[in-house]
Amino acid sequence: MSARQFSLSSRVSPRLADLGLLGPAIAVILVFMVAPMAIMFVYSFLQAAPYGGVEWVFTTEAYSSILFERDFLDNSLTFTPDYLIVLARSVFQAGIATVLCLVISVPTAYYIATRPERQKNIWLVLITIPYWVNLLIRTIALLFVLRGDGPINAVLMNLGIVSEPLPLSYNGFAVCLGLIYSFLPFMVLPLYSAFERFDFRLLEAAYDLYASRRIAFFRIVLPVMRPGLIAGSLLVFIPSIGSYLAPDILGGGKTLMIGNLIGTQFQSARNWPFGAALSMILLTLTLLVLLWLARRAGHQKSDCR
Amino acid sequence: MSNTSSSTMRTVTATSRIGDIRAFAGFGSASVGCLIFLYAPIVFLAAYSFNDGRSVSRWSGFSLRWYATVFGNENIQTAALNSVIIAVIAATVATLLALGAATATVNRRATGGEAAYVVLTFPLMVPEIVTAVASLVFFVAIGISLGFVTILMAHIVFCIPFAYLPIKARLEGLDPSLPAAAADLYASPAQAFTRITLPLLVPGLLSGWLLAFIISLDDFIITALVAGPGATTLPLHIYGMLRLGMTPEVNAISTLMLGASTVLVLVSALIGRVGHKH
Repeated sequence: MSARQFSLSSRVSPRLADLGLLGPAIAVILVFMVAPMAIMFVYSFLQAAPYGGVEWVFTTEAYSSILFERDFLDNSLTFTPDYLIVLARSVFQAGIATVLCLVISVPTAYYIATRPERQKNIWLVLITIPYWVNLLIRTIALLFVLRGDGPINAVLMNLGIVSEPLPLSYNGFAVCLGLIYSFLPFMVLPLYSAFERFDFRLLEAAYDLYASRRIAFFRIVLPVMRPGLIAGSLLVFIPSIGSYLAPDILGGGKTLMIGNLIGTQFQSARNWPFGAALSMILLTLTLLVLLWLARRAGHQKSDCR
Repeated sequence: MSNTSSSTMRTVTATSRIGDIRAFAGFGSASVGCLIFLYAPIVFLAAYSFNDGRSVSRWSGFSLRWYATVFGNENIQTAALNSVIIAVIAATVATLLALGAATATVNRRATGGEAAYVVLTFPLMVPEIVTAVASLVFFVAIGISLGFVTILMAHIVFCIPFAYLPIKARLEGLDPSLPAAAADLYASPAQAFTRITLPLLVPGLLSGWLLAFIISLDDFIITALVAGPGATTLPLHIYGMLRLGMTPEVNAISTLMLGASTVLVLVSALIGRVGHKH
């Protein structure tokens, strides 16, 4: 079969035509996306200028200041866990959010897949709509219901369950809930599409062989969902770990995540190399997770053969 | 025939022991809970935009006054207009770039297609905040002053993969014998493309464009960093309003954006359905 099915012109060589078609998009991404990353990499090894920007002096100060604080007077380095805590909190919050999304999404995706065709489509549209709604607005909406004088607390207090408003907002709990709320559709949809063509006769066979529901679920349903599980976890974990809006709007002072720390370095704190170094760490972390999952998915494929 | 009957028999034996074999206890209520979780906050936010009182906690009767305030606010008008102009231009440019790229990558699936795919979807893999600060640093380094133009450029870049993926999927689903048949009937490759391939691609182009448009309208953090002091978009303006606390105006303008997004999804779902029929 010929590889060239959709061509524009016979007069120019196919290779040249492809280059002309592909070139602009690739060039735009290389110039405006890849080059900026390279600049960031260089900046992370430079010295901070006092009012933002950099001075062209090579130093690893930006990286070492993640772990150590330089004393103003005697220039000695002392270990400081502050930034490590922010980093650990980001991984932890994103991890919890991913696991909880999974717990909510697996039954939901399964349930949708077992609906009749018509209902299935309605469910899918309903799950998709929030994904299209502006993230800032969804985060504001969540803050609106979680506030001290918001509807949840109002109901709880009217029913006399609590006498004081519960501290639902401006803490780690709210941030985690915000991450789940932001990225839940990213988990449901891949799980559903992995499970969509499931052959229910496999379940029948399992029950015929005296499998309990538990065993049928863990040994038949979950393995079939696995590709969606991997894709969904990726789609939730990666935006969660670098999330800016959820910790910014729903969190308080002690719930800073790495995304906010990076943002601050380029806004009020004006320490570009430090921000660049943090960005490089976040980028590396993200790409490592991607690579690891891609390799796992690859292994899975070869196992099947 | 015998296959069906034996499968029915098996169903009978299985169901006699276990009930409906497809059902797991609690899965239905978990799904309903999932929907409630997704919708309750936005429904509450929208409901309180019609509240007459200044307070966002106490209901004091139906009113459209906050919508009047929002529509009368010139800053909001400017921000909204900026958002729409940026989204239209960014989505259109990104769709054109993506159309070219998709046509080329589908052609050369064998050679270099993988590398091109990685580059084209690269913006999806980088955390948004990193893209945001890197774009800021880049624009400052090459000396473009921050404002409308830098927002637009940044938006075009992150819209490309969103436009590219639906177009590529549609192109891969097309029957390759159609342009070949056109060529047999003496159509030039350009004619075959514009008369056969392009019309068949329309659903992919539309959904790619819509996706890019919404992603552009949606963006906050990248825009916030490359906007500079002068330019603003609707999300930036809403974020600024939020700094003064939760007000009924925030509810009203959020509800308007909710409505706009919902209409766009339904339109795109409709396009998808039309696309499937062909």
